[in-house]
Amino acid sequence: MPKSSLKQTLKDLETKKISIRELNQDYLKRIKENENLNVFIHFSEENVLKQIDNLENNNSEKKLKGIPIAIKDLFCTKNMPTTAASKILENFHPTYESFVTQKLLDEGSIFVGKTNLDEFAMGSATNTSFFGNTINPLSKENEPLAPGGSSGGSAAAVAADLCLGATGTDTGGSIRQPASFCGVVGIKPTYGLCSRWGIAAFASSLDQAGIFSHNVEDASILLKSIAGFDQRDSTSAKVDIPNYFENLDDDLNGKTVGIPKEYSIDGTPMEISQIWEDAIKVLEKKGVKIKNISLPHTKYALPTYYIIAPAEASSNLARYDGVKYGFRSEEIDSLDEMYENTRAQGFGREVKRRILIGTYVLSAGYYDAYYLKAQKVRKLIADDFNKAFKECDFIVTPTAPSAAFPLNEKQNDPIKMYLNDVFTVPASLAGLPGISIPFGKDKNNLPLGIQILGKHFDEQQVFNAAVSLERSYE
Amino acid sequence: MKIDKNTINKIARLSRIKLDGKESEDYIKDLNSILDWVEQLNEVNTENVEPLSNISSSILPKREDVSNDTNSSEEILENAPDKLEGFFAVPKVVE
Repeated sequence: MPKSSLKQTLKDLETKKISIRELNQDYLKRIKENENLNVFIHFSEENVLKQIDNLENNNSEKKLKGIPIAIKDLFCTKNMPTTAASKILENFHPTYESFVTQKLLDEGSIFVGKTNLDEFAMGSATNTSFFGNTINPLSKENEPLAPGGSSGGSAAAVAADLCLGATGTDTGGSIRQPASFCGVVGIKPTYGLCSRWGIAAFASSLDQAGIFSHNVEDASILLKSIAGFDQRDSTSAKVDIPNYFENLDDDLNGKTVGIPKEYSIDGTPMEISQIWEDAIKVLEKKGVKIKNISLPHTKYALPTYYIIAPAEASSNLARYDGVKYGFRSEEIDSLDEMYENTRAQGFGREVKRRILIGTYVLSAGYYDAYYLKAQKVRKLIADDFNKAFKECDFIVTPTAPSAAFPLNEKQNDPIKMYLNDVFTVPASLAGLPGISIPFGKDKNNLPLGIQILGKHFDEQQVFNAAVSLERSYE
Repeated sequence: MKIDKNTINKIARLSRIKLDGKESEDYIKDLNSILDWVEQLNEVNTENVEPLSNISSSILPKREDVSNDTNSSEEILENAPDKLEGFFAVPKVVE
């Protein structure tokens, strides 16, 4: 059965072809049938039914009334616990609602559950979660594949049709890479478009909320719903949010696409170079001018990111001390013991690794050599993009250097795992909007993704290029 | 080797994370390989380059300096592992 789109479902609800209850019961049924995928950290049928009751008794018109949405378990929600996939936040019940989830609630959407992720969003396979791996719904029997990460649960929820859209967060690729692995659409907007208020912080200068959906049109509807200025996030931008969906225009005639030569890297599978070429050919046919561009500092993006992100994480995660909320160790003979044991037992291996490396690069004597150096290279990377965008309207690259890999691969070598983000991290460092759309398959029939990057706050151009490529592919 | 046993102990102490012997060994290996890998940034000439700390182009917004009492201490304490008479409770610090 083809998956219904958000756009079509909104029509069906409006014309009373289907009721909110019928719609959500259909999704509840599929959620229960797919429990083996371990998509949700928190799911309560009773909670969903309660939300349906409340909406049925509410006569006001709302844009997303009754639409089932899955929420990455990094967003604080009042009506469901929030864990960040960490033992240290087990049993944490936020007393406030994140900006993004509040916006979705205000528009009448129904939260079907909180999705699994890498612990504190640190990972690329959703395999560092305290609550176990999520399995990519596209896996064959007995060959479980990773859904990508960190927002692997949200990507899998959309791919398995357990919701009509899902929220994610993207720090270095955590929306785009899992979208590519699961064959769905995922957009990370410009840094500052969506308030970070109420999202458990990982690396604050990079973290940004975004959307997973079945198609580009749906993503354009949902992104509008979660964007906006918020004075509680000092980096939130005061910009007008266009109606991306109504403005969608797949006519790209006369536009210029930038193709960065540095994204042709050794060891990229043929199939991925092939879909990249295919996408370029499609654009050329549509009257898009192809411009070869250079982003010379691309190869330094990953090492830059793996200094800046852990440094910020080591500072952000200092708040988890066993005093104010979450887990506290039983071994607490002194205050220091309490801190050290709580954090030793509460954090998983990858999170500890990043806290330690972050603490090191920020420590006295090393700050200039690592953190300050990385911030300077970050400036050069951002400047590369600024220059490139003087010559083109958007940039097209592959999303990830591989299709979904087996669940337990790449676990022991951190650097190998970090290379998953090679195509997504540069735009994160520059704060640019990026979308991944499914575009072609590999020899095992697994989806591959194409990434489209735009100028700051030019999500409209990103959506336009994405919808144009999507329509040509279907 | 940048990280030895003394360094890892020092960082672990600064991070308030207790490590056992086996873990320390693993992290020494991991951290050294990550630090060797990021070393390549030294190839980049960053003379006269301003560090980029905030990608957002907007100027930090100001708000009016008015007090706002939400009287939410009960809410804030709701998630505390241990509390006492309206305060967070921790192990005894002063004997």
